[in-house]
Amino acid sequence: MTGSLADQLAAFLTPANAAFLLGALGRTLLMTVIGCGLGFVFGMVLAVLRRSETPWLAPLRFAALLLVETFRRLPFLVILILVLFGTQLLAPELSLLGIATVAVTLAATAYLSEIIRAGLESVPRAQVEGAAALNLGSWDIYWRVVLPQSWRVILPPAAAFMIMFIKDTSLASHLGVVELTFSGKIFINRGFSPVLGFGAVLLLYYALSALLARMAARLETYLAPSRNP
Amino acid sequence: MHHLEIRDLTASYGGNPVLRGVSLDADRGEVVSLIGPSGSGKSTLLRALIGLTPPTGGDVRIAGAPVDYRRKESVRELRRRMSIVFQQFNLFQNMCVLDNVTIAPVRVHGVTRAEAEERGRELLAKVGMAEKCEAYPDQLSGGQQQRVAIARALAVRPEILLLDEVTSALDPERVGEVLDTIRALAGGGITMVLVSHEMSFVREISTRVVMMDQGQVIETGSAEQIFVRPETERTRAFIGSIIRH
Repeated sequence: MTGSLADQLAAFLTPANAAFLLGALGRTLLMTVIGCGLGFVFGMVLAVLRRSETPWLAPLRFAALLLVETFRRLPFLVILILVLFGTQLLAPELSLLGIATVAVTLAATAYLSEIIRAGLESVPRAQVEGAAALNLGSWDIYWRVVLPQSWRVILPPAAAFMIMFIKDTSLASHLGVVELTFSGKIFINRGFSPVLGFGAVLLLYYALSALLARMAARLETYLAPSRNP
Repeated sequence: MHHLEIRDLTASYGGNPVLRGVSLDADRGEVVSLIGPSGSGKSTLLRALIGLTPPTGGDVRIAGAPVDYRRKESVRELRRRMSIVFQQFNLFQNMCVLDNVTIAPVRVHGVTRAEAEERGRELLAKVGMAEKCEAYPDQLSGGQQQRVAIARALAVRPEILLLDEVTSALDPERVGEVLDTIRALAGGGITMVLVSHEMSFVREISTRVVMMDQGQVIETGSAEQIFVRPETERTRAFIGSIIRH
């Protein structure tokens, strides 16, 4: 396609193109939110496991350490490729989007578990002892005493990680997942100017991270209110 | 039968023996004070009793029933009958005063929330904190926090209350209000074991004073005996050094 940018704009702004872009945005959002959401849950499990002191859990603690340290050291593209080949053996029917989401989950689990562990460790041991002396069970100690006091330390870096990871999901385009970055390339291949194709992609990335940052800030004021300003 | 019986209790901290065979008894409703220099094992004895620093040997009995610190269930049973107030209060920072006092009755003792709150407010009134139910610990002075901590420890209806240097972290002008609170509890049927450096308070309130040094009991007796007619040279020196200051 040739012609001035103004001519191209008219051809660019069609419902079909909008739907295509929104689909790509949806896949980027899905990989990020599902991957980081699951990563948060698994990361929490690993963090609690690594802090446990039960002797017979020692092999699991070591496995958790190995998992976290490995996936924190691998570039995300390498994790994507590992998951691609891994799933060909284990779950060949998994979609490309599914593969990318698993890869995000693995990376997020490793990073977030370290962020959560640091948060849990920021709570003084005396708080745990106070709870234990009152006979509170392990679940209550974590859920009602330690975790509520950790949010202040966990949330800001966890949100920053997720917002940063939105951008890393663009690497899933190498697998063929039609997420935002890939959709920009497709527009260029169809003859649109990069100003339009990647301009739209840029706006959507910006909007997505701004939205997530706002939601994180909301969550922070809700979970970790500051009483003494 | 004594209410609390401790025989040859040993405990170590990071491989170093801190309690080297401590024996003492307390009858129901007694106030037993542990005195002695820093590092003599007074606080460790309290922590060992409630299982925070599990003993490595010896025997603890409550009303004749032995406690097995290696068994979780035994320690849970113990902590239903015994609670502790810490030097640094250890109030849960994320909960208001009333929640601090009601969490254990509700989550551990199966008391309904309404019932726990009613009793919680009563206890907070007793320690002079009725007005502060909705406040958070970091909005309170040290003395106020410590009075809430005492209410929290009483909320589980302990038979035995341990008090670990409860005034040591307070501003001097706040010490009195906490001592008044403890004074009001003494003689109310609850057995107390306390560690304190407030010697005049110890002398006034204790039914039994235990002098400790280097992880051992040096001398046990009435307040009168320990403060006025100590039998050992070590106790005499310790009491003398305190009175001189």
